[in-house]
Amino acid sequence: MRVYHFTEQAYPPAWENHPGTLRVTLPNRLMDPKIAGDLFHRYYDEWMLADELGLDVMLNEHHQTATCMSSTCIVGLSILARITKRARLLVLGYPLGHRPDPLRCAEELATVDVISRGRLDMGFVKGVPYEFAPSNQNAVRVMDRFWDAHDFIIKAMTSHDAPFNWESEFFHYRHVNIWPRPLQQPHPPVWSTTGSRGNARVLGERGIAMATLGTGYATRQLYDSYREGYMAKHGRLPGADRFAYLGLVAVADNEAKAHRLGKAVSIYLPSSGIVAPEFRNPPGYLSVEDNVRLMRGETKPRTGTKDGRFIDMRVASVQDLVDTGVLFCGTPDQVYDQIVAFAEYCGGMGNLLMMGHAGAMSHADTVDNLTLFSKEVLPRLREYKQPVGEMAA
Amino acid sequence: MTANEMEIGIEMPIPACGAATRDGGPIVVNGLKIETIEGGEGRPLLFLHPGIGLDPKAAVLGLLAARTRLIAPSHPGFGASDLAPSMATVDDLSYFYLDLMDALDLRDTIVVGVGFGAWIGAAVAVKSTARMSHLVMANAVGIKVGDRETRDIVDIFAMLDPDLNKLAYFDATVGERDYKAMPVAEVAIAARNRESLGRFAWQPYMHDPKLKGRLHRIRIPTLFLWGTHDRVLSEGYGRAYCAAIPDARFEAIDKAGHFPHIEQPQVFADRVLAFAGA
Repeated sequence: MRVYHFTEQAYPPAWENHPGTLRVTLPNRLMDPKIAGDLFHRYYDEWMLADELGLDVMLNEHHQTATCMSSTCIVGLSILARITKRARLLVLGYPLGHRPDPLRCAEELATVDVISRGRLDMGFVKGVPYEFAPSNQNAVRVMDRFWDAHDFIIKAMTSHDAPFNWESEFFHYRHVNIWPRPLQQPHPPVWSTTGSRGNARVLGERGIAMATLGTGYATRQLYDSYREGYMAKHGRLPGADRFAYLGLVAVADNEAKAHRLGKAVSIYLPSSGIVAPEFRNPPGYLSVEDNVRLMRGETKPRTGTKDGRFIDMRVASVQDLVDTGVLFCGTPDQVYDQIVAFAEYCGGMGNLLMMGHAGAMSHADTVDNLTLFSKEVLPRLREYKQPVGEMAA
Repeated sequence: MTANEMEIGIEMPIPACGAATRDGGPIVVNGLKIETIEGGEGRPLLFLHPGIGLDPKAAVLGLLAARTRLIAPSHPGFGASDLAPSMATVDDLSYFYLDLMDALDLRDTIVVGVGFGAWIGAAVAVKSTARMSHLVMANAVGIKVGDRETRDIVDIFAMLDPDLNKLAYFDATVGERDYKAMPVAEVAIAARNRESLGRFAWQPYMHDPKLKGRLHRIRIPTLFLWGTHDRVLSEGYGRAYCAAIPDARFEAIDKAGHFPHIEQPQVFADRVLAFAGA
């Protein structure tokens, strides 16, 4: 199993006394750029530490929010490409749905791959609903635009002999010939995320590495949909390396400290959803069927425990979160056992996307968390033998 | 007699002509099945509904059908009407309606649009008024009036229904919907209408930057009707729109907001019919 350290690079000083939203409309006057600079330096220091400790690195981007200062993941990737030495650099996600210019995306990502000497993992996502207001891209048909951009980027990265033409419904270029071209051949690995079984199947057909975020014990059915799609297209089951899971991690040499860290890192869950309701559902983001359920108040929480108990992430206790597989928390032995049990439940899960820091968790706590995990848990996870892929009955 | 005709209470079969095929079902234009409320007889009146869609029970439809041959389609992508995947702009819709008027061989048509439908009406009229006699634009969107930092039209996609209803209606309770109590099919239509409005009007938001400069081409009698309690749009916006169309007339409708055909159906119908001499 590979393990990526992830933080959203939050700006927690603005989390106090917010006007009901941390996103979209929160005035940027509430950010002190000097403090933001200090925080950025700190987060990059922690990623450098992760690199030294043998972890891989994951970053993302969001827009107009105090929950994630990374508004252009290319800046973060560029810095990490030069200052880290060995870690894989996973961007998850790079929101193609908000990008008007996939040529620019291909150029940026190829450059990062070259500078990092071939360590880039390209996680493409459509983008979260509340950021269609900031980007002003249309959420209607976003997946059609997403796949067109994806196909264009892959073609741009794999065409080496002459400029090519691309005049699709969405994007128009006549002389595409990117410099530099990526180092990894034929192109850096492609990842994506999903929360829906239909899309999981499509990702399986395409063989794209699939991550799910905080899906707990609803993960297996998504993985199985992926397996069905992969099997239909490739005639065999996918390896565990095709699957990734974002989980919160808090590890300490005693349970009391682990519980304290678990509480600190799980602040991500309630804070992430603090967004003004009027921006949560742009037209076209959800299907008509999903909107009907929403309008009729028929949605159910998507995260549950192994025994089917649903948990409200906004008020969940540390133990609730452990029970749902959203948080891996405890001593190194406990955390190892929790992760392995989850991977077994999934039928194989080859990449743990470890949120090792969130919110106002201190630098010292983050360093302790990453260091102990790397020394006591990571070596055993590397040795862990994934279950042979199987389909659910 | 179709269910739609029953709502209006008038039976008016339309003979097959052009690309349209009629068997008591929807109109078919360019291969798209278009749900259409029809009724009455006399001069054709093409009613272009606003972004919230077409309520088959709306009183205004019967009032208009009493003196005209009413044709009130759900736009492609709205209600139960088909949508061609390539349709993405109001321009696409305007060409569709030019084809629809050809297919039904409509002549001397009174085209009446409300809100988003009025935008479509203007986009049709700048291309050709050959099949039109009159254009009525009620609380129309579709053009840019203010400077680049002034949002002419309230961002309805950044607003929850109760807040929007307060801006869109004279009486906000008229816009209230209890989705939990409504039949699922009606909820699905509301959801589909919102998605389609986003498809056509998300960006540029609720307008076509080119349209204003083309409005001078509309040289048929044009009437702007304006629900004066509309706070999605300002009356100044409506008057500027009106001023861009040669000799267009502007009439206010009191005690109505963005949807005067719903809040003042009798006044609305009377004004339309008087203006068109129908």
